[in-house]
Amino acid sequence: MAQHAAKGARFQAVTANRLSDGEVVYFSADNRWVERFTEADVADGTEAAEALLARAMPDDFEAHVLEPYLFEVLEDGRFYKPASVRETIRAAGPTVRLDLGKQAEAKAE
Amino acid sequence: MYRYDEFDHKLVADRVNQFRGQVERRVSGALSEDQFKPLRLMNGVYLQLHAYMLRVAIPYGTLRSEQMQMLAHIARKYDRGYGHFTTRQNIQYNWPALDKIPDLLDELACVEMHAIQTSGNCIRNVTSDQYAGAIEGEAEDPRIVSEIIRQWSTFHPEFTYLPRKFKIAVTAHKNDRAAIKLHDIGIVVKQNDAGEIGYEVHVGGGQGRTPFVAKKMNDFVPKAKLLAYLEAVMRVYNMLGRRDNSYKARIKILVHETGEEEMRRMVEEEFAKIDASEMLTVPQTEIDRISAYFAPPAFETLPADSQAFTQAQADDADFARFVRANVVAHKQDGYAIVNISLKPIGGVPGDATDAQMDVIADLAERFSHDEVRVTHEQNLVLPHVKLDDVKTVYDALAAHDLATANLGLISDQIACPGLDYCNLANARSIPLAQEISERFSDLDRQYDIGELKIKISGCINACGHHHVGHIGILGVDKKGTEFYQISLGGAADENAAIGQITGRAFTEEDIVDAIETVVTTYTDLRADGERFIDTYNRLGMAPFKERLYD
Repeated sequence: MAQHAAKGARFQAVTANRLSDGEVVYFSADNRWVERFTEADVADGTEAAEALLARAMPDDFEAHVLEPYLFEVLEDGRFYKPASVRETIRAAGPTVRLDLGKQAEAKAE
Repeated sequence: MYRYDEFDHKLVADRVNQFRGQVERRVSGALSEDQFKPLRLMNGVYLQLHAYMLRVAIPYGTLRSEQMQMLAHIARKYDRGYGHFTTRQNIQYNWPALDKIPDLLDELACVEMHAIQTSGNCIRNVTSDQYAGAIEGEAEDPRIVSEIIRQWSTFHPEFTYLPRKFKIAVTAHKNDRAAIKLHDIGIVVKQNDAGEIGYEVHVGGGQGRTPFVAKKMNDFVPKAKLLAYLEAVMRVYNMLGRRDNSYKARIKILVHETGEEEMRRMVEEEFAKIDASEMLTVPQTEIDRISAYFAPPAFETLPADSQAFTQAQADDADFARFVRANVVAHKQDGYAIVNISLKPIGGVPGDATDAQMDVIADLAERFSHDEVRVTHEQNLVLPHVKLDDVKTVYDALAAHDLATANLGLISDQIACPGLDYCNLANARSIPLAQEISERFSDLDRQYDIGELKIKISGCINACGHHHVGHIGILGVDKKGTEFYQISLGGAADENAAIGQITGRAFTEEDIVDAIETVVTTYTDLRADGERFIDTYNRLGMAPFKERLYD
């Protein structure tokens, strides 16, 4: 599997796949699993990232999601964006099918 | 075609019920993901980037019309309106919800299909020649022994937890269309001088991180003894295959590290023990029973030529091109094998929509004795079409973007799902295949280039068979950025060979230009009648490397 978080990454978020349907989800500042990357909580620094991952993985996390992990995000003006191609694709959908995935849902709204 | 008996039906129905219970227990929290994961994998359910993925088995790539209709129905009802045909002659759905998969499997079982052993460290779906039973020159229909192997290997208790996955391919023709030498076991059905049917067995082929061409272990295993011989190979592998390192766990590594001669000695020793017991000697009555399922369909007695077929080519240049590229001679006078390319220019290799699958199912029912085949090169085949009907079939295909006349040409590429879908991938494969297809979209140019097999993988696991592409492309990740490495000279046919890497990798922006450089180097240097692979084999890497990097 491609590396998720580069060593020394400053900003990181937590992602996973939802148990029931495999949907890509992100852990939010109010401790929910949300579908939009823009609603993900972003940790600044290693300690904050570890704390964020710990918050995302209480004892019963497996009842909701699969394999949560940290990944690097970059500041993009006032917003953040995933650092890797892999996480960019997870956040949007297949680059070869723009009618599918989160990118399609965003367009439809 | 093989039809389930009462035992097959019960076996599959029981398995679906068992999996339904497992899914319910996972959703309720009674099973952890660590407990559930091996169970879902044994039923073909993976977790990919965006969703779960379900891989459905298509034994030896053969489908009846109603089965293809069901695949279309599944795509519509449980997925996003399409499926992806794979290099293992299977189909994958990219978006099914976990809690709906048991219902999906129930529907599949209605047409004698399942997803059992499409994942996990077991013997996977047996693959074979897509022209089986239709092409002239076969020793026997390879699907007979493929079905015998399927029955032997399904739920085989000794081989449920192998060191790694295990893949078997079968051909019965001198032209290998099943890539048998790139499989853990490759089988060639052949006839000896006495006229008896038996099997040439190759062991230890494979791609992935460490590619090898299989070694011939036995030149002729008698028909009734094949399962005993396969069991012997499997038993040696199961005992000695490495379990400490998944990268070295395939049988190819065992054969390589043990040596061909020692491997052969161990297999023969085990074979002698199993054979003496006669436990796995296949009774002739059973061979006959299974053979009967693959009896040739009721072909009409027809002249070898069809005036209508010839005239249609004269009247329609696009149809003539289709015939030239996609239609192959049938063993039966008056019939043809019609290949359906799933590689439209700029399309996703191997993808078919539900509507396209329905069209193909309908054409198979009306014009091809109810049969469709899936190829390991991610195309489909109507194996038994009357010459008189080929134009009608072509027109229907053309109306649904299924008549691209590019079989075996540069735009007929294998590509794995890559980083657009796959959890293991390092780079995208499909967009690259699309760009190459667009760059070489001119069919006249493709015909001028001739046979050229490009195969693209998004990681070293080599699901896109890049090692055996005439031109292979491997996507690699460098600090989160996609790069592409080129290899040349690979082949997956009877002259199987592993390609050699040209040198440093290319960026996403430069890779298509680099492929064009390789192609123009070939067209500049080829001798009369030489295919790309012939020119490469004559000249070697040097001229290609020089133009790519100097």
